[in-house]
Amino acid sequence: MQYEKDFLVQAYRTMKTIRLFEERSIVEFERGNIPGFVHVSDGQEAVAVGMCMHLTDSDVIGSTHRGHGHSIAKGCDVIGMMKEIMGRATGLCRGKGGSMHIADFHKGMLGANAIVGGAPPLCNGAALSAKTLGKKDIAVSFTGDGGSSQGTVLEALNLAVVLKLPHIFMFENNQYGEGTGVSYALGAKDIASRAGAFGMPAEKVDGTDFFAVYETVAGAVKRARDGGGPTSIEADTVRFNGHFIGDPQLYRAKDEVKKLRKERDCLTKFRERVTGEGWLKTSELKTIDQEVADLIDRAVEEALAAPQPDPSELTTDVYVSY
Amino acid sequence: MAELTMVEAINLALRQEMEKDESVHVMGCDVGVNGGVFRVTDGLCDRFGEDRVMDTPLAESAIVGMATGMAVKGLKPVCEMQFSGFSYFAFHQLESQAARMRWRTRGRYQVPMVVRMPYGGGVRALEHHSESREVYYAHTPGLKMVIPSGPRNARALLVSAIRDPDPVVFFEGKLIYRSFREEVPEKEETLPIGESRIARDGDDLTVVTYGAMTQRVLEAADVLSGEDGVEVEVIDLLTLSPLDDAPVAESVRKTGRLVIVHEAHRSFGPGAELIARINEKAFYYLEAPVQRVTGYDTIVPYFAREQAYLPSVERIVAGARTALEF
Repeated sequence: MQYEKDFLVQAYRTMKTIRLFEERSIVEFERGNIPGFVHVSDGQEAVAVGMCMHLTDSDVIGSTHRGHGHSIAKGCDVIGMMKEIMGRATGLCRGKGGSMHIADFHKGMLGANAIVGGAPPLCNGAALSAKTLGKKDIAVSFTGDGGSSQGTVLEALNLAVVLKLPHIFMFENNQYGEGTGVSYALGAKDIASRAGAFGMPAEKVDGTDFFAVYETVAGAVKRARDGGGPTSIEADTVRFNGHFIGDPQLYRAKDEVKKLRKERDCLTKFRERVTGEGWLKTSELKTIDQEVADLIDRAVEEALAAPQPDPSELTTDVYVSY
Repeated sequence: MAELTMVEAINLALRQEMEKDESVHVMGCDVGVNGGVFRVTDGLCDRFGEDRVMDTPLAESAIVGMATGMAVKGLKPVCEMQFSGFSYFAFHQLESQAARMRWRTRGRYQVPMVVRMPYGGGVRALEHHSESREVYYAHTPGLKMVIPSGPRNARALLVSAIRDPDPVVFFEGKLIYRSFREEVPEKEETLPIGESRIARDGDDLTVVTYGAMTQRVLEAADVLSGEDGVEVEVIDLLTLSPLDDAPVAESVRKTGRLVIVHEAHRSFGPGAELIARINEKAFYYLEAPVQRVTGYDTIVPYFAREQAYLPSVERIVAGARTALEF
């Protein structure tokens, strides 16, 4: 496939933004600036970006508890996100969503979701709306390997086939459902074969290779837009951190992550490919790195200076008027 | 006697019951090798093996449904939901299956299972990770709903819950998981399910509470004693369903004033049921309208407003003064 330079720059910038956003989230969490439970997605950038670069603002995605990367890939404002995960009044959801419930409907981001297996039924609905209203929009649900065993997900897979919905089920297999390995928790050979058994095309892709993801997903996007119904994709990817920030990860071999970072880092792979092909220069990538680092610094700075929600916010937004 | 946190005390109860009774099985997401999200099941898998301390796929509905089937056929499962807010997927299995089994078999089947769930605020999270929706379960006939208030009674009540022939939903307050230690005897202890306790004696005002809020109520009682010279009787319910209302009525007959404190939402909350019971049993003894100090009718907010959501010592004191000054 031929790639325009602008496209490659955008892909790299977005992946790098996710990487630095996540790495900085860990730092700010440890400094006590981010409360609660935070699940970071570094290592999985190529899946979010390779998928979302096919989408417009009117397409929707539904995300997981590990949703920062999907949000950034779908175009959510990074500064608004940092404010949100710090619970500030000017955050993307006015400090009411936090890390696990970031949403931005203007960008087609239906929301991160603390409930594992939460997104697929919602995305079926968004897809059915698009279909009913005669639009070409599609929906993409992100689900982890752990979530792939939830009843809601299996119900949604079937319904999407029955109703021929423009819905792509993106299963991010990062090998762990929280602290339990996929080799234990998944009874089938893989997620793709299980999803395929519901009667939809089901593919597998190396989720650490941006180009593989982008190209594999292209057919599914076209099929959905053309009325061909749902597709499921299983992206084989890696989780560089624990289930949540602070997870001691006793269930992983000591040098596992070190090895993954060396061999399966999607950003390293991207850099090697684009410089190897002569599509982008190392100096160009470095410029992007610096610009992204500056953006993340600014996001943290603005978030720390942003006001806390007013106490009156406690009882607003439960109904149209409270 | 060892000084244990509530996490350690619950772990002790599980360990001893598993040693004593081979039919006791522990199951849930990450409870085995990983020792549980709050480390409550730490070490159990090493001791009892993966068959009895079973990691499950991430599927709350399947976990609780399977536990129900195990329980009717001779085992005593103790399931863990990682947060009570994650249990809604499993609600159907609890409500439509576990809770009704005895009734629909005219008593021939019983369901000796426990579903443990960390509940409530205090961990700077929000929504599902901090909710206190015990009324869903307390409202369901056929389920018992137990909420301990500290390490020692948590241990004793869990032992009783495991031995109970009916399904017990067992809420563990995250706020008090590690906030204080208590002496917990190594020797077996039980507490009857369905009995409250008097956590503090007093003649001037009755405050009823349970779970993690008990500590705050006791703190508020000290403030009222010190600043107002008022002695508060604190009743710690320990079990929400079946509800032990007789000691509450008895206390109200003595004090004439009642405040109810819970972090659950206000409307249709446990306080509403308690007020109805007191109206039935001690109405003529009331000298002031019953006060409720509760969570609000809103989603549990993120950390900046979390403490505003939870009943604070100040709010409890203010509620008590309203009842006293009427």
